[in-house]
Amino acid sequence: MSHLAPPLGPRDHTQGPPGARVTLVEYGDFECPHCGAAYPVVKAIQRAMGSKLLFAYRHFPLTRVHPHAEHAAEMAEAAGERGKFWGMHDLLFEHQDALEDDQLIAYAKTLGIDPAWAAQALTEGRYEPRVRADFASGVRSGVNGTPTFFINGLRYEGGADTLLDALMEATIDAPLKSGG
Amino acid sequence: MVLSPGTKAPDFRLKKSPDQTLSLSELRGHPVVLVFYPADWSPVCGDELALFNEVLPEFARYGAQLVGISVDGVWCHKAYAKSRNLDFPLLADFEPKGEVSRKYGAYRPQDGFSERALFVLDAGGVIRWSYLSEVGTNPGADGVLAALEEGAAQKV
Repeated sequence: MSHLAPPLGPRDHTQGPPGARVTLVEYGDFECPHCGAAYPVVKAIQRAMGSKLLFAYRHFPLTRVHPHAEHAAEMAEAAGERGKFWGMHDLLFEHQDALEDDQLIAYAKTLGIDPAWAAQALTEGRYEPRVRADFASGVRSGVNGTPTFFINGLRYEGGADTLLDALMEATIDAPLKSGG
Repeated sequence: MVLSPGTKAPDFRLKKSPDQTLSLSELRGHPVVLVFYPADWSPVCGDELALFNEVLPEFARYGAQLVGISVDGVWCHKAYAKSRNLDFPLLADFEPKGEVSRKYGAYRPQDGFSERALFVLDAGGVIRWSYLSEVGTNPGADGVLAALEEGAAQKV
């Protein structure tokens, strides 16, 4: 069974309390239709599980089949620099068919980020190393396509439709964490 | 059974395009990753080859050459590689059908196509790692990278 490497850390983008009983990590691609289909499922799971769940997202763009995926991931990182990672994450998955550079920059503007700064970040490839690092960690962790999920650090082999069941099971199995 | 580590990788010469061939011995001097897969266009293969295509820069760090092999013909490979933007050669184990796959223990006679199998060869052409995947399961690239890393560490 494949293990998440490196484990969740301070550089990860997360939603939910750090001490949550269950962690869910997604390796995703903003242009991947399967990730787009999983997006509302993950949202519903987050609502259902509330503070029991810590969710994290890492980049795994398949750039040779999804030509917009790399810049979309970099724009999410740029937004993250301005504290808007999740706002951008949501906008990208809700507009998977509109991921041209000028559209990415418009999303940044929507989130209150200086569009000139965002455009510059894309041109410079400022966040490319971060996206590459996520990708490399995914390969090492046994990610073989997108989306790939890890529940409490172990690769989840099923589909998005049974993800909630697997998480509920993990909630029961997980030992209570005492102060981290 | 796929060929095991320690075995000399059987040499072969297969077509990589309608008018070019590639032989394994030409790749001597570099690690080689052989990816046997059932068929062009089938969905899991697409994911597997798309993934390996993305991981090429990581393989390149070890100087490794990646080669895909299936029983599909050269014209099929050509169309498939173009549609998926594949940046590594696909070899046609087409005539006699599956001969090279059989030599590696990576042929499914009951289905008439190659297994989903991975081999990492060292610079001297000896198999250092091999893996047979379930035919419907994308094996990922982590095992290959770990094998390349181990090979590089042994050289130092």
